[in-house]
Amino acid sequence: MLQGSDLAAFRGDRLIFEGVSFSLSPGGALVLEGENGAGKTSLLRLLAGFLPLAAGQLFWEGADAFADRVAHGRRIGWLGHQDAIKPGLSVAENLDPWNHAGKAAPAVALAAVGLADFAEVPGRMLSAGQRRRVAICRLLLADAPLWLLDEPTTALDRASITRLGRLLAAHRAQGGLVIAATHLDLPLPDAARLTLG
Amino acid sequence: MKTVLTQLRRELRLSFRHAADTVAVLLFFLLAVSLFPLGLGPEAQLLGRLAPGAIWIAALLAALLPLDRLFGADFEDGSLDLLLLQGVPATLLALVKAVAHWLSTGLPLLVAAGPAAIMLRMPSGQVGLLLASLLPGTMLLSLLGTVGAALVIGARRGGVLLPLLVLPLAAPVLIFGTAAAGAAATGIAARPALLLLGAYLCLCLPLCPVAAGAAARAAAE
Repeated sequence: MLQGSDLAAFRGDRLIFEGVSFSLSPGGALVLEGENGAGKTSLLRLLAGFLPLAAGQLFWEGADAFADRVAHGRRIGWLGHQDAIKPGLSVAENLDPWNHAGKAAPAVALAAVGLADFAEVPGRMLSAGQRRRVAICRLLLADAPLWLLDEPTTALDRASITRLGRLLAAHRAQGGLVIAATHLDLPLPDAARLTLG
Repeated sequence: MKTVLTQLRRELRLSFRHAADTVAVLLFFLLAVSLFPLGLGPEAQLLGRLAPGAIWIAALLAALLPLDRLFGADFEDGSLDLLLLQGVPATLLALVKAVAHWLSTGLPLLVAAGPAAIMLRMPSGQVGLLLASLLPGTMLLSLLGTVGAALVIGARRGGVLLPLLVLPLAAPVLIFGTAAAGAAATGIAARPALLLLGAYLCLCLPLCPVAAGAAARAAAE
């Protein structure tokens, strides 16, 4: 259960957005829309606790979400616009440090994004779309209720977008929340929409 | 705690994969040390007297080399965001970085310092004292370096800015370190200098990770 009331954020001296309010119940999804520079990424970074809150309040299950920033971090599955893949490590080694879901989880997660045979492939050999899919794997391993996705479909082919849709649906079916910033149509049926800018 | 160990393993795995970085640090150190006989002449007495200072300065500069990648690589590829969301205070993450820097840079330098000292004709009885001063010394350089590395995250010329930030903070380390290592030659007791190094380490051990962690958080804004 996530609720933002009257959120505002600055980037340097510039007010990017203000008066942003939303409410998500378990299984809910929110799609952030807006032109380039409207503050979609900034809102995601604010929700993750990176960007300080200029005004308003964020509630997690009724309590101030940022009362314990460290604990708030553990609630978040983060898919930024960068994939954070180390070229010198294999796919399995790239996933290992971020795995909170148990030893068997990476193999299951890789299969879920269609990269079952890629565990030993070094990061530098991956294409842009494959790197994105490994980053999506990390969401599955985060074991976190709130997924924050910044342009999740970047570089993904049609089949991978369909797979992503299934993963998002499964996450929501378990009561997880999804907030995604995007220009494109996401496979997120009956998601609430929030237009910035 | 488990997450902290996981992240330490990640850092060590990365530095193991990029072993060329550690080798480059060691080669730089040995080359810098071997420049002294070339510049000052091969006279054993003069070299032996200058050896503690020469080795300390070379180690100090060598320890700076890998610092701009310490946070820089994670910042550029987006890993820093993920690190900060692991449910571990940024202070502990910074401490992990400092420990990883010491294991991949400080410890190899410590191992190389003995042979380098003998190469500079340092009397073999004094090598032990040099190493005893370099042990807390390299730890201090890792801690102070981590602060500098965190402060220059995202800076355009971080590699140039880093020494300007770290070297002044490292000046006391160099002063007490060389005082302890050269004690036999100067006739001053080594113990007070070593104790002062230890005191500086006790001060930096809690403070540097806090500062570096706060700087890393600020960089993630």
